[in-house]
Amino acid sequence: MNPAVQMLGISKKFPGVLANNNIDFIVEKGEIHGLLGENGAGKTVLMSILYGLYKPDSGKIIINGKEVVMDSPATAIKQGIGMVHQHFMLVPSLTVTENVILGKENVKNGFLLDIKNSTEHVKKFSEQFGLEIDPDVTIESLSVGAQQRVEILKALYRGADILILDEPTAILIPQEVDNLLEAIKSLKKQGKSIIFITHKLKEVFTICDRITVLKKGNLIGTVKKDETNSSQLAKMMVDKQILETYEKKKIEQKDIIFKIEELNVKDNRGIKVLKSLNLEIKSYEILGLAGVEGNGQSELVEAMMGLRQKDSGKILLNEVDISNFSPKDRIKSGLSHIPEDRQKCGLILDFSVMENLILGSHNEEPIVNRNLVINLEETCKLSENLVKDYSISTPNIQTYVKNLSGGTQQRVVLAREFSRKPKIVIAYQPTRGLDIGATEYVRTKLIEMREQGSGVLLISADLDEIRALSDKIAVIFDGKIVAIKDPSITNEEDLGLLMAGGKSG
Amino acid sequence: MVKIENSMKILIVKSIKFVQLIKESIQRIFPQLIAILVAFLLGAIVLIFTGYNPVDAYYSMIIGAFGDIYGIGQTLTQATPIIFTALAFLFSFKSGLFNIGAEGQFIVGAFAAAITGIYIKNIPSPIHIILSILIGAFAGGVWGLIPGILKNKFGAHEVITTMMLTYVAINFTGYLVNYPFKAPGWVSQTLQIEKTAQLPRILPPTQLSASLIIAVLLAIIINYILQRTSFGYELRASGLNPLAAENGGINVKRTMLYAFIISGAFAGIGGAGEIMGVHYRFIEGFSPGYGFDGLAVALVGGLNPIGIIFAGLLFGALRSGGMLMSRATHVPLDIVTIIQALVIIFVAAPTLLQYILNWRRNKS
Repeated sequence: MNPAVQMLGISKKFPGVLANNNIDFIVEKGEIHGLLGENGAGKTVLMSILYGLYKPDSGKIIINGKEVVMDSPATAIKQGIGMVHQHFMLVPSLTVTENVILGKENVKNGFLLDIKNSTEHVKKFSEQFGLEIDPDVTIESLSVGAQQRVEILKALYRGADILILDEPTAILIPQEVDNLLEAIKSLKKQGKSIIFITHKLKEVFTICDRITVLKKGNLIGTVKKDETNSSQLAKMMVDKQILETYEKKKIEQKDIIFKIEELNVKDNRGIKVLKSLNLEIKSYEILGLAGVEGNGQSELVEAMMGLRQKDSGKILLNEVDISNFSPKDRIKSGLSHIPEDRQKCGLILDFSVMENLILGSHNEEPIVNRNLVINLEETCKLSENLVKDYSISTPNIQTYVKNLSGGTQQRVVLAREFSRKPKIVIAYQPTRGLDIGATEYVRTKLIEMREQGSGVLLISADLDEIRALSDKIAVIFDGKIVAIKDPSITNEEDLGLLMAGGKSG
Repeated sequence: MVKIENSMKILIVKSIKFVQLIKESIQRIFPQLIAILVAFLLGAIVLIFTGYNPVDAYYSMIIGAFGDIYGIGQTLTQATPIIFTALAFLFSFKSGLFNIGAEGQFIVGAFAAAITGIYIKNIPSPIHIILSILIGAFAGGVWGLIPGILKNKFGAHEVITTMMLTYVAINFTGYLVNYPFKAPGWVSQTLQIEKTAQLPRILPPTQLSASLIIAVLLAIIINYILQRTSFGYELRASGLNPLAAENGGINVKRTMLYAFIISGAFAGIGGAGEIMGVHYRFIEGFSPGYGFDGLAVALVGGLNPIGIIFAGLLFGALRSGGMLMSRATHVPLDIVTIIQALVIIFVAAPTLLQYILNWRRNKS
């Protein structure tokens, strides 16, 4: 019997990145195939190629023994491939039935929509595949898990035999995850082939038959579930690179200057994302926070900076509870933040370098005088100095920040945040998207802040970065700190396992 | 000798700088100038197709707007309220809001100032004037505060709420001026305001009043607030990138609320000035849509307070010149509306203009 999917020698290059490098990927009929890898390993790109969203630079795709040119999702759908994206493609104000039949409507008398018949049909479908849903309710009234079931139904309704699920559990609460995994198993029983993209080891072991591991665009291997274990998979998944080393002075860290106690926080959907989280940062310390994206890191940073309401818990800076302070007062009392997305949250692109450099100190002397008028002379002097000290390569301080390169933009953020002499620095993915030179610069500056006595919280998905810089590593999983490790004695497999929710060996 | 040479050098450097400054400002308003030009050209085409002579029409329009002291007075009088409402729109726009309810805030401010002018008697003129303007500003500010609260507390979009509140303002003042505050006679208007509350006329015998001076001063003050104060900084930061502003410790919601109130107050002052300087009483329907013209003028003025003064003058000239044009050449007044609309379209759609310019370049 032919395999359901054969992708042979697939390569795809984006400017600056080899997203897929000569990858072979084979899915047998009726199996659940896990596609495992860290962020940026190339999983989504590979699946987008299979679904006709991207054109591969080389390689061929064979579906059920026949070679197919996947030039669009329409072709993929015709070949019986369905994809459920991380972000749903549903019309919130329409009903379940209307969404499911969208694009493949049942018509009677030539042009009238046959809703009654369709509803019956959708109902039968949902029962058959164990995807319980009321076909008459609108999408907006459904939970995230139910919306996902609608997405799956939609794919099945269009005749999908091969179903791609892109990190389907990332957005679900635990009970919903269990339901989904059950549903996937029942789909398998009906003969469907399923590709399950994930970076969570536990789920892989719960449902997958075989697992393919990708790392930085390369195929590492395909293994059968019964012939592997978590630590082998973690080892395959996590990149083992020669660590760049950074000179760090040995400093004895004694005083805890920052403490989070039993912090509970909900996300925008009202789901609990930080669950009684505890964390301590000492002065003269870089604390690395390792974790897969979406385990509560964003919400933790927002709660620390006062951008998100807490449900309960304390945030102590020098033993003062600042958890009810406004963002402004938190900055004043010594918190500083290098945001994850510098263009969206860190900079005002249509402001000049000078105007960006004073953001946050724009309402304090000497930037403003007592009448709240900005002191241009002081502002210019301060900006000129910062541009010099942080080697910000800009024509002048009046240049719009949007005209600067990514690395230079990050230097503007660093100059602003570090010049305040913060007690605590929150660096969230501070080197993401930067070239080697700029990355180096950011890391050196973080170490400099540590040597000046700041406590640094370094949040990164890049384990190498965390291991190279941190004095201590905390691992976050599912809104909790699950382990604190000494970087000199821990290894990647151990961390990878903890990050994926496993127990360290 | 050396001294003279030095001062010569300084003079030369200064004049070079001056030329550069002028060059830069022309570059900055270049799109606006082109938009106005293109609008008039297209307007001419419309005139030709409807059987009028565009040269005659435009000539009488220019004479009407600038030909004599009456024309100039009329132009400036028409420009004044539009400058106020444009400044009101601009101020909220800079904070990221789209307050299209300046018309309502203008009318409410006008009514409040009229009442203050009528029913408070026997106080010195300067105090009466300042009091009336402040009450007008207050009323406009309250009218701006309501959509502000609705947005902050309930997430109601300001485009809807400010628009709806404009109708409330029109009809509510309409009721008041037809019943409780109606002056004896046929017309739906209030009594005349006290002499002490009237703004001085600055270009007799035209209707032009000191309200224009207030408008120009206000533009300069707004420019200063936006560019030089920490409040203006917070306002612009909130408008350009609310997320980054919040990260920088700025309370974006509060800043927007202030912007709503101040924006409404500016429109309210405009309404007060119109009553105290031109009509001396509140008349139902006295505003031919100054609030909506303000939105357009703010755009044509390049969303810059100083630019708004000039754009306001343009719109004022179109209104006053259009009157003579229709009297002298029988071109309907509607052609003025068409030209106004074309100016707005080309200013609001700079890419469209760019496309036209490029097309011409590619052809040649």
